[in-house]
This record gives sequence, structure tokens and C-alpha cells, in this order.
Amino acid sequence: MPNEDNLFVKIRNYIFLVIGLLAIGIAIGVELMINPPESPPFDLLPILLRGLAVTIELTLLGAALALVVAIVAGVARASGNIIVRTIVGFYVEVFRGTSILVQLFWIFFVLPLPPFNLSLTPLQAGVLALGLNVGAYGAEVVRGAIGAIPRGQIEASIALNMPPGMMMRRVIIPQAMVRILPPFGNLLIELLKATSLVSLITLSDVTFQGLALRQSVGRTTEVFLLILVIYFLLAYPLTLGVRWLERQRQWAT
Amino acid sequence: MQANSSDPIVRFENVTKAFGELTVLRNLDFDVAPAEKVTIVGPSGSGKTTILRVLMTLEKPDDGVIWVDGEPLWHQKSGSKLVPASEKHLRKVRGNIGMVFQHFNLFPHMTALRNVTEAPIHVLKMPKGDAEQRAVELLNHVGLGDKLGHYPSQLSGGQKQRVAIARALAMRPKVMLFDEVTSALDPELVGEVLNVIRELAEEGEMAMLLVTHEMGFAREVSDRVVFFDKGRVVEQGPPEQIFGNPQNERTKSFFNAVLRH
Repeated sequence: MPNEDNLFVKIRNYIFLVIGLLAIGIAIGVELMINPPESPPFDLLPILLRGLAVTIELTLLGAALALVVAIVAGVARASGNIIVRTIVGFYVEVFRGTSILVQLFWIFFVLPLPPFNLSLTPLQAGVLALGLNVGAYGAEVVRGAIGAIPRGQIEASIALNMPPGMMMRRVIIPQAMVRILPPFGNLLIELLKATSLVSLITLSDVTFQGLALRQSVGRTTEVFLLILVIYFLLAYPLTLGVRWLERQRQWAT
Repeated sequence: MQANSSDPIVRFENVTKAFGELTVLRNLDFDVAPAEKVTIVGPSGSGKTTILRVLMTLEKPDDGVIWVDGEPLWHQKSGSKLVPASEKHLRKVRGNIGMVFQHFNLFPHMTALRNVTEAPIHVLKMPKGDAEQRAVELLNHVGLGDKLGHYPSQLSGGQKQRVAIARALAMRPKVMLFDEVTSALDPELVGEVLNVIRELAEEGEMAMLLVTHEMGFAREVSDRVVFFDKGRVVEQGPPEQIFGNPQNERTKSFFNAVLRH
């Protein structure tokens, strides 16, 4: 009997995988903090790893927001009416066409001022900037993938009397996922790396701790080498996870 | 000509459809009786497929009214007037019609079984067990009882088209449309699909509207053959008459051309 909820199972498995890998990473980090190795450069690790929780939190929350934004905006841009398409198109082009750092500064420094009067915590600002920026790129990925679905799939769905929402959920999105997954893996890694920018709005992530450490103890090469390795060790499981997820597909187009 | 011409299951009334400069249906009047098997033949680009597509609501006619089982398809009644149909009305009337496509259009991410159960479960809200039981019966019926768990990519063209027929049948339409359903198949696979359709035609109660280039098959299964050209019905009648003794010059030259090779 075929699995009714294949896609759901795959995504759930993937989330478990990522959480598992993160848990292992955090466990190693905690161990290193409690029991710091004496020899340089590892004596610097405990301080750097204090920023790990912030980096991971930003990545997870930012990715969750980006995923929702990408799917909603992508679907709206592919199938909404002209007004919706125009509004969403404006959002996508603005967020793709400007620097994420400038967006971050706008959200954190400009929004609290009149006429907006919207104050956000640094974490909220960081998640919002990352989610909206990466979501804009993701929306284009989703739109492209939906546009690549053969017209015959839509016609078959109409002939089976599916309402448009059901067609989108049950026919189009599952097929579009094949094209969406690889670029979403890239975007997730981009998002992880972009979290380093929040050190500029006072969030003490890994990069922030590194900059502070460099100012207090010097040892510039060692600090930045360790930061490099930490980001890579965070990103690589994501790459592996997305590849694994791509392999779960049982059907061919 | 038709047993129930007063009460057709499908009626085209003065239907016109143009794509830009090209008019593919010109003031078409055309009826199909319940359970009638009608084949539409004619040159490429003559608008045959468009008849099926406006009936399946894949194309919107520019003018005229289409009636399905006594209800207007693209319109709904508002007092004594006909106004453009709401999505709700369209879905209600469309439920009477099923379609099989030239290129199968199976859902590649679903097994054969799920292709057939998907719409009954989610559109008709059938209990899953009932839908699966019926799907297994239908797939057995088209000779694919051993392919339930296969994905479309694992099936031959003929097998795919038989799954597509089972999928359309699962919705229990009153009218089934077959749009050149063997044109995309390798020649050796055409027979298995035609056999399934032939059986359906013999079973009887469903009206069938076929566009095909298989003239021998059309002659065999049809109650009526319609020769269609340049957006109009040129000539129609029982297959023996249309194939054996066509009256119209265009019909004659068309059959001369297609039957000679």
C-alpha cells in the first residue's frame, strides 16, 4: 500500500535529522565549555560557543519564517490575481534588490522611529530581516517551480473537479518540491551564514563573540579560524540533510 | 437519429469559440443523448478537441450556452436570465463530466492506486476504504490489478492511459470525453487501450464523446459519427452512412485521404 503522507513523513524525518545533528553539536559544545581543552587555539572555544545558541536560534526561526513567506509569496505570485501578484512582486523585488544588512538596519533602527513606531528586540529584528530576505529569494524559487508544472497536470485536476486550493496542495506543490528542494538547501545555508550580520545589531552570536574575543586577547588568526570551522560544521549537516531528503523521492517525473 | 433528442445529456446551443483570429467553433449546435456514443472526426485544427475542452471547462466559450443534464454549464439561472456561472455552480455541473487526455496527465507523484482514489476521497469525500475498493475493481477491470503500487514512470504508455481511464471512471461521470487517447501511444499499445474503451461502450449507460483518428474503431463503437471541419458540423449520421456513403464533398475527400494509406 502506498504511503499516503509521504511528503509529510520526509519533512518530519528531515527535521528530526537536523535537530539530532544540532543536539550532538550542542552537546559537544557544552562539553567543550565545561571541560575546555588547554591547548591553543581550543582554549578560545568556550567563549565562542556562548554565541552558538543565538546563531542556531536565529537560523531555525529565520528559516521557519523564510519557508512560510517563500511558499505563501511564491504561490501568490504564481496564481494570485493581478493586485496580489503586483504587491507580492514589489515585496520580492525590494528585498532581493537591496542589501540584507541595510534591511536589518531599517528594521532595527528605522522602524522604531515615527511614523512607524515599531520597536523590535534585536532577536525579533534579526529573525524578521533574515526571514523576509531569504523568503523573497525562496518565493522566486517556488514561483519558478510551480510555473514548470506541465499544464496537463492542472487540466487533469480540473477534470477531476478539484477546487484550486486542493489542486495546489495535492498536485502542484508536491511535484514542485522536487525543483524547490535543492535551491532551498542553498538558501538555508545562505541564511545560516547571514546570521553573522546580527552581531551588528548587538546580538551576541558566534561572530559577535569572536569580534569581542579578538579585541580582548588579540590572536586574530586563531579566532577567525575557529569561527570559520564552527560555521562550516553547522552548514555541512544541512547540506547532507537536504541531499538525503532529495533521495527520499520514490517517483520519477 | 437520437432516441431522446428532447432530453439530451449534452447540448451545445450556438456556441462560438475563437483563439485570436482563428474561430474554432462557429455557432455550434450539437446534442448528445444519454448513453449515446459519438465520435468526432475531421482534419487537424478543425476544432474537434475544443468541443471537448469547452465541455470539460478547460476553455471558456465566447458565446452560446452549453447544457449538461438540463443545467447550463458556463452559466447559471438568475431569475429568468442566464448569468456567468460561479465557481460553485461550475464545479457542480462539471461533476457530470470526465475526461481522458491524449498525454494521460497522470499524477507522477502518486501510485496507480492513488491516482484513482485521490479525487473520490478528497473531492467526492468517499470513505478511504470504499474508494480503494472501487479503485482496485476499476484497475482490475482495465487489466492493471497487479500494478496498484506502481508509479506512472514505471508503466508503459498503454498502461498509463488505462490508469487514466480508471481514474476518470472513479468519479462516475455521466459523460466521458476521450481526446485522441491513442495518439501518443506506440502502435503496438493502441489495441489494449481501444479494447478497454470498446468494453466501456458495450457496458452502455455512460455517454461517450470521442475525438479520434482511429477510423476503424470509430466505425465499430459509435452510434453516430460527426464530421467536423472549420468550426462546423459538416455532416453527421450513423457510422455506416458517414464512412460508407458520405454526401458532402469535404467529407468524401477527407476519408479518401485518411483511409487510403
